[in-house]
Amino acid sequence: MTDALKAIQRQIQWNRLIAVVEEQAQTMIRTAFSTTVREAGDLSAGIFDLRGRMLAQAVTGTPGHVNSMMESVNHFLAKFPAETMRPGDHYITNDPWLGTGHLHDLTVVTPAFRNGRIVGLFANTAHVIDVGGLGMGPEGRSVFEEGLYIPIVKCFDQGRPNETFFDFLRAGSRTPVELEGDVYSLCACNDAGAKRLVEMMDEFAMDSLDELAAYIFESSLRATVEEIAKLPRGTYAAEIRSDGYEAPVTLKAAMTIREDRIEVDFAGTSGLSNRGINVPPAYCRAYSCFGIKCVVAPEIPNNWASLSPFHMRIPEGCILNAPRPYPVSVRHVVGQLLPDLMMGCLHQAVPERVNAEGSSALWNPPLRGGAQVSGPAAEVPDFEIITFNSGGTGARPTKDGLDATAFPSGVRTMPVEATENVAPVVFWRKELRPDSAGAGRTRGGCGQVMEIGAKNDAEFAVNAIFDRVAHPPKGRDGGRDGAPGWVGLDDPNGTPLRTKGFQIVPRGRHLVLKLPGGGGMGDPRQRDPALVRRDVADGLVSPEVARTVYGVEV
Amino acid sequence: MTGARLAVDIGGTFTDVAVEENGRRWTGKVLTTPQAPEEGVLAGVRRVLDEAGLAPEDIALVIHGTTLATNAIIERKGARTALLTTEGFRDVLAMGNEARYDQYDLNIELPQPLVPRRWRLPVPERLDNEGRVLRPLDEEAVRRQVEFLRAEGIESLAIGFLHAFVNPAHERRAAEIVAEMWPGLPVSLSSEVSPEMREWERFSTTVANAYVQPLMARYLRKLESGLREAGLACPLFLMLSGGGLTTLETAARFPIRLVESGPAGGAIFSAHVAKERGFGRVLSFDMGGTTAKICLIDDYAPQTARHFEVARVGRFKKGSGLPLRIPVIEMVEIGAGGGSLAGVDALGRIQVGPESAGADPGPACYGRGGERPAVTDANLLLGRYDPERFAGGTLRLHPEKARAALAAHVGGRLGLSPEMAALGVVEMVDENMANAARVHAIESGKGFDDRVLIAFGGGGPVHATRVAEKIGIRRILVPSGAGVGSAIGFLRAPVAYEVVRSLYQRFASFDVAAVNALLADMAAEAEAVVAAGSFGAPTRESRLAYMRYVGQGHEIAVPLPARALTAAEVKEIRAAYDAEYARCYDRPVPGSDVEVLSFAVTVSTIPEPVEPAAEVFDAPPPRPARRLAVRDTATGEVSDWPVYDRDAFTPGAAIAGPAIVAEAETSTLVGRGWRCRMDGLGYLELTQEASR
Repeated sequence: MTDALKAIQRQIQWNRLIAVVEEQAQTMIRTAFSTTVREAGDLSAGIFDLRGRMLAQAVTGTPGHVNSMMESVNHFLAKFPAETMRPGDHYITNDPWLGTGHLHDLTVVTPAFRNGRIVGLFANTAHVIDVGGLGMGPEGRSVFEEGLYIPIVKCFDQGRPNETFFDFLRAGSRTPVELEGDVYSLCACNDAGAKRLVEMMDEFAMDSLDELAAYIFESSLRATVEEIAKLPRGTYAAEIRSDGYEAPVTLKAAMTIREDRIEVDFAGTSGLSNRGINVPPAYCRAYSCFGIKCVVAPEIPNNWASLSPFHMRIPEGCILNAPRPYPVSVRHVVGQLLPDLMMGCLHQAVPERVNAEGSSALWNPPLRGGAQVSGPAAEVPDFEIITFNSGGTGARPTKDGLDATAFPSGVRTMPVEATENVAPVVFWRKELRPDSAGAGRTRGGCGQVMEIGAKNDAEFAVNAIFDRVAHPPKGRDGGRDGAPGWVGLDDPNGTPLRTKGFQIVPRGRHLVLKLPGGGGMGDPRQRDPALVRRDVADGLVSPEVARTVYGVEV
Repeated sequence: MTGARLAVDIGGTFTDVAVEENGRRWTGKVLTTPQAPEEGVLAGVRRVLDEAGLAPEDIALVIHGTTLATNAIIERKGARTALLTTEGFRDVLAMGNEARYDQYDLNIELPQPLVPRRWRLPVPERLDNEGRVLRPLDEEAVRRQVEFLRAEGIESLAIGFLHAFVNPAHERRAAEIVAEMWPGLPVSLSSEVSPEMREWERFSTTVANAYVQPLMARYLRKLESGLREAGLACPLFLMLSGGGLTTLETAARFPIRLVESGPAGGAIFSAHVAKERGFGRVLSFDMGGTTAKICLIDDYAPQTARHFEVARVGRFKKGSGLPLRIPVIEMVEIGAGGGSLAGVDALGRIQVGPESAGADPGPACYGRGGERPAVTDANLLLGRYDPERFAGGTLRLHPEKARAALAAHVGGRLGLSPEMAALGVVEMVDENMANAARVHAIESGKGFDDRVLIAFGGGGPVHATRVAEKIGIRRILVPSGAGVGSAIGFLRAPVAYEVVRSLYQRFASFDVAAVNALLADMAAEAEAVVAAGSFGAPTRESRLAYMRYVGQGHEIAVPLPARALTAAEVKEIRAAYDAEYARCYDRPVPGSDVEVLSFAVTVSTIPEPVEPAAEVFDAPPPRPARRLAVRDTATGEVSDWPVYDRDAFTPGAAIAGPAIVAEAETSTLVGRGWRCRMDGLGYLELTQEASR
């Protein structure tokens, strides 16, 4: 075979691998039970070589899993070396430090065999709805309170379910059937990937993935380094504040752009919290990398080599380097601010490619009701649900931010009608929040307002995990800040609730959430007046703000 | 039905006409006339009738499909439309599912709703998930909003309230008030257009219906009167995106159901061909100038779905369009056609499509000023086309222009010769189509084992053997008439109507009486629609339940008997679900209850029986008309391939690959290791003799 044909075939094989992991992810979505996976898409899937290096990752999925799942496979191999693996084996963990950062994420690793020989590994991660413990929320004071802790074990041994494992799993969850079903789904999706991989290797008569891996890594690294080389060298510092739990949290970064790599030092970042907003280091690396990559090299697919030029130094004892057994259940609240922090640094290097700050951290209300909240006086059946909701994203250099859209998270929300069919709740309001978008030449995305009650206005509880209430998203280049968030009740006084922690919504009352708007970019007075008038006509900007902030009479 | 039947398919560039009478067929193509589409239709009809020697009064039925509704949405040329909705929910259309369809692109555009916020107006009212009134409809508020909309010059109105698919009372009452105040204003109700759970999809569908309704109603009336003036007094039926035909009256009420009628016709064409040959498992592969459409067909019925996206802004990216929840023939459409442009990305990888050279300037080899290489250029450079005989000799190709384009945009950047660059481009586009087909099969819970690939469209027969090799298919059929497949498909479609409604049920507490009442009601609705167009022809009814394990998110359709269920049968249906699930995903899930989300009832006329094609004896092979030096994409080697004219084949004649079978509209590439034989129907059947 000629070299030219070989070169073309390697491209075809790379393309195929990306399709294989996409099939893997789609199989999970088709078969998963947890709404967090099947509706929200909180998952990740990828293929690895026998040295634990990621070759390709599904485009379907969420960034928090990117590096963390990639690191995870090495932990599996350390405990179960590749040569000990057998066809039909599946390995699982939810260890936050060996997986993707909290107990709600299950990671499953499956070997792929061809002609009796192990040729690669498939891994996936999914956020399941319940693993017992306190449930999704910040209240735990150690990881042991946060739920069932699964070390790396075999869940299927040569095709046979490990019944002891499944017994423990079912006993430890409020939703045992769904959780068991999800584990089946994760294994089925890796199997689907393995089958396709073997078909590809047969088609191209490949004995191993080594040559293909070398080609993928070489091309990806070269392309990533070329992109980095286009950036102005230097060190750029930024900081961002989160509301935190017991005290505000400061995240600091100094980003150094070198010729062939980018280093980030988080020195100066606040220390650990006593509550579950701490971030395990792999999760910190994941969202930091994501933030850099969307600006610097968005088109290069994720793999071991394309992520390797990004180096993070995370000091011990800081909130971004939580050690075991610190609580980490809602690490996304802090972690999802990291892309904004990275863009704060990159704004000094390439201002025309960076967004203003956005609402960023998801505003997911975990809701619980029935006897687990009200005891024998409960007026509704037991329920435990979470919906995935978002405020506005930051303004972009040439475009407005997106209204009520998830960023950096890659999740979707579920329809109100579907949520009301799985739990006895009523959403009384869910619409865009006027005057919440940070003003600017381009404006931020609007936040939204949600008002939620239980059926018959019964008592229920919210395990709050909200941020950007005391510290709204910042504008850039003269753009105004987005509106801060607000959490409270619909009583006449508008009683505020705490932004974090378990709280009761009393009988007859509704929970009101006002989600933050994104920051604006550039001087609002330079905005096209026609766009200001459009927003006024649409009721998203008040005539007052149009006049005083934008200088447009309507 | 006796007499001649005539089908018209309006596409973006061409309007295709097909007429059939007593087994004879005439077809024609005229240019689409976008400003007044009925003019193109009438011109095409006249031309084909002349050719057939038929008079207008010989035509017993006209069947019509059109992309006009789709184009009106893509080009935003519909009516000034407003939405009355539940207070607190005026932004359902704007917020969608709060997601981005591309994780890494910071500059994505989300599709804008068809109704701007100022015309999305709230009225106080609220039902719960069981349809009970939590807050009564504020009729005064409805009146106030209608006054405002009148002042705004609205032309069409949608009404969408939460949970209206369970209880339409508030929507109906609001519509009554509108009708009293403003008779003649077109009104679309979510409980009628798309009575299913999920407010974003339902409202989006309802608004899209309202948006195209005035335009489509006007057009359909003009077309009908134009046909009458031309002497065609016969009934006019419209092709639905779900694969059935309906009356003009229903089409004018629910024009959103017409959106994908052209591609649906192509799938029905494939299904009919499958039936003629008795192929129970088929993959339909229609590759044109801009896109390739892939559809799974089991037991002669194209796979159907209830979800579709129209007007994608992110270049065919899933999630970047407006969602529609209507019955559709399910297809995956990707940006891979003869005009798809090739280049090299930052990683040194060959990229093909979705950007297309279109008809103007077209691929570089057309010599009309195109400078970037398209798939057609690559095929030409591989030696697959005779430059003097492309498109029946009507278009002379310029190989040197194709070579220059491939050298400049692909080969030079990768250190490959233009010919090897062409090979890379063709391999990549074949790979992209194969990957799309694989992911589509996964999403449908189906495989390719034992499937037959039916290839048509200008590019389908050229790329079929390589795509088949990539997905493990060993038999291909290239029917005749492939250039106007959609119009021919219209002639094969039954008069049919599907009604879908949501009624939540769990098997542990299945309410047989309620389900039977709902199904009977749905059947009556569908029968009434079909009766208007079936002229007493026998019909059949099929029922489906969309089921899943409690807690899962994706339903599987399980057939139900077309009559009232007994309590005893409920268990059997549950068992049928478990079996179907295990078939799709290897193992059923232990311990889970099963829930039903919605039901579908379809009433359809029974298609005319198809005579199975007779076996034909082997006939002597034709002589090659000429030879071409063709580069094999699997080996990279060039050798002399014989080229046969399709007309030179007689039924039973067979040749061995590698070879090319040329005809005016396309070329069938017979890869190395494949054999090609003409069957009794004049179709080319390709079989892979041995894996290579």
